[in-house]
Amino acid sequence: MSHHKPDPSKSVNLTIDGLPVTVPEGTTILEAARKVGIYIPVLCDHPDLHKRAVCRICVVECDGGGKLKAACANDVWEGVKVVTNSPKIQAIRKTIVELILADHPQDCLTCIRNQKCELQALAIQFGLKELTFPKSDVVSAPNIDTNTLVRDMAKCVKCGRCVDVCQEVQAVRAINTAHRSVHYEVTTPYDQQLIEGPCVYCGQCAAVCPVGAIYENDQTDKVWKAIDDPARHVVVQTAPAVRVALGDEFGLPKGAVTTGKMATALRRLGFTKVFDTDWSADVTILEEGNELLHRLTNGGKLPMITSCSPGWINFCEVFYPDLLDHLSTCKSPQQMFGALVKTYYPKISGVDPASITSVSIMPCTAKKFEAQRPEMNDSGYQDVDVVLTTRELARMIKLAGLDFENLPESDFDRLMGDSTGAAVIFGTSGGVMEAALRTVYEVVTKEPLAPLDLEAVRGHQGLKTVEVDLKGTKVKVVVANGLANARHVMDEIRAGKCDATFIESMCCPGGCVGGGGQPYGNSQIKLQRKDGLYEADKALPIRKSHENPEVQELYKNYLGAPLGEKSHHLLHTHYSTEGKNHWAKTGH
Amino acid sequence: MLKIMESYGNDPQQLIAVLLDIQEASGKNVVEQKWSILASKVLEVPLSKIYDCLTFYAMFSTTPRGRHVIEICQSTPCHFNEAEQVVGWFETALGVKVGCTTDDGVFTLFRTSCVGACDVGPVAKIGDDVFGSLTLDKVNTLVQSYRDGQPKLREALICQN
Repeated sequence: MSHHKPDPSKSVNLTIDGLPVTVPEGTTILEAARKVGIYIPVLCDHPDLHKRAVCRICVVECDGGGKLKAACANDVWEGVKVVTNSPKIQAIRKTIVELILADHPQDCLTCIRNQKCELQALAIQFGLKELTFPKSDVVSAPNIDTNTLVRDMAKCVKCGRCVDVCQEVQAVRAINTAHRSVHYEVTTPYDQQLIEGPCVYCGQCAAVCPVGAIYENDQTDKVWKAIDDPARHVVVQTAPAVRVALGDEFGLPKGAVTTGKMATALRRLGFTKVFDTDWSADVTILEEGNELLHRLTNGGKLPMITSCSPGWINFCEVFYPDLLDHLSTCKSPQQMFGALVKTYYPKISGVDPASITSVSIMPCTAKKFEAQRPEMNDSGYQDVDVVLTTRELARMIKLAGLDFENLPESDFDRLMGDSTGAAVIFGTSGGVMEAALRTVYEVVTKEPLAPLDLEAVRGHQGLKTVEVDLKGTKVKVVVANGLANARHVMDEIRAGKCDATFIESMCCPGGCVGGGGQPYGNSQIKLQRKDGLYEADKALPIRKSHENPEVQELYKNYLGAPLGEKSHHLLHTHYSTEGKNHWAKTGH
Repeated sequence: MLKIMESYGNDPQQLIAVLLDIQEASGKNVVEQKWSILASKVLEVPLSKIYDCLTFYAMFSTTPRGRHVIEICQSTPCHFNEAEQVVGWFETALGVKVGCTTDDGVFTLFRTSCVGACDVGPVAKIGDDVFGSLTLDKVNTLVQSYRDGQPKLREALICQN
């Protein structure tokens, strides 16, 4: 109850539904209740976001009377007797859910969040049988933006999670609340399309939405059609972070490494060739590592910043167009793969590139936008035709009736399927940096990096700064996790206060394991996925990108050398404000 | 508009004051989209936050309104003092219905909630001034005063508290 800053070293004793519990000062009633096995229902609350306490589902009684308190936003105090479950509380919570439903489209059966909806879960929990208020006549009104994200604000429950993640966590500030009272809504300024504003398509809004109000534009239909068409040669690539998250959708332990099952599932779905984005992640390291060395020795623009994360690229274009030349010219692994699968692969296999449908499975919604960029047609075709998120792949596997958990394991197809430990850790914040340093260190010093595990760049902290000694040359590297942290680094560069040489920047908090297209979760689950990736790294026989035999073949048989003419044409690009040019004209 | 922002030191904390002045200077009682975009750039406030602010406060408008906004109180005390009749008088005097703007762009007519002058209901608020105990004559005088730019005509009618 007090307004002083809580001191977590002090203990607070209280009872919750008669059960005594002792917790550190500053613990919320919600958290304290979980300690004694009571899960107070929530709707607006999310463990990774600020407290908004707007839905009031979590109300509890304290000391037998007075106003009900929101358990998510009130800290415990000494001696308080909390009641979380009484006829009064049950009735109030039920009414809240009924009031939300009275203004919510009742089309659960055809909603993308059917059985994954937090509102639906509450309706089940409270055993709603008939609705007190007239059945809602609000109808679903999806607004699809650039084939990437769908906003169906008729379904919005105004919890404010998406606003918090967009405004505070990602510091993009594309969407916000607007209007008041019955007109209160979540929207873009002047109801513009996302493409007209600063939205970077990270999809973090979709990742935290409890209902079907914001979600990925499902393109599984396109893929089923291509697979069914005998004239199409359908090739798929899978991003590193997908393999440690896909299992979530099938009840496997969080962070379980499902690489082999995933490859089998893709084959059974009917993909002709099952390749790995990890392979092109290794190519990225060779190109990017050499680009860094080239910049170091030729007085190029420093710090150099990674360019694998398409949400991050969009962010730079919108907010830091003056610093675009700090970005590595390397395309992302998805796009390198796309350019090579319609050039290198046809050359070796004899397949007509015009017949290839190139599909990618990504943890990411921004990848859907990236694949459509005008810069991404260097093979002479659209390099990547369809991008599916992890959630969409899971839908395909379920539709095909595959028993994912019990699928046998298999390997990727050869030519573009070999990968290293360096590639697999691309999927977590710090991974690209570690992978790059494993190669760069060896190129510069002619000795392998020892130990190979660069613990200092691992973990999901906001910013990590590490000094690496390349045998005499000290190189400062920075890892920025999530866009609010990236913004901080970019402001320093702009102010001329950044003395780093190399910066890894990942759009989504946690890196790709926390991508906007991943199975729903929170930062705890992201850490388990991260552990899964490092486990996969350790288990691979080759852990350095330049030792990937199929990558070595690629350079020997096709590309020549990193940064060579062919590489330059296929694997590098220059970003401009074109991708998000509308925004440059319209505002901050 | 740039001068307005400069007069507040381009301080983002002064957003509401800046927007009010911009609205005042617009001549149409509106903060147009182009001005909020400019304010977003100059004050370094995200456009989404400016839009939230503009749509939250009833004093702002994102669509053009008359130079003078007439708001007639519809809360209980005014209602019992025949506020609806006052609405009718204004509609007749202006030649527009509630919610509309006159063709010459001088007046927009609205209803509003309590303005805190219940003792002199029925009440109308025009700009920052409140006028009470309204009669048909007073209404016609007010309309004439604002339309013809004769502030003296209404001076005596302004509620002083």
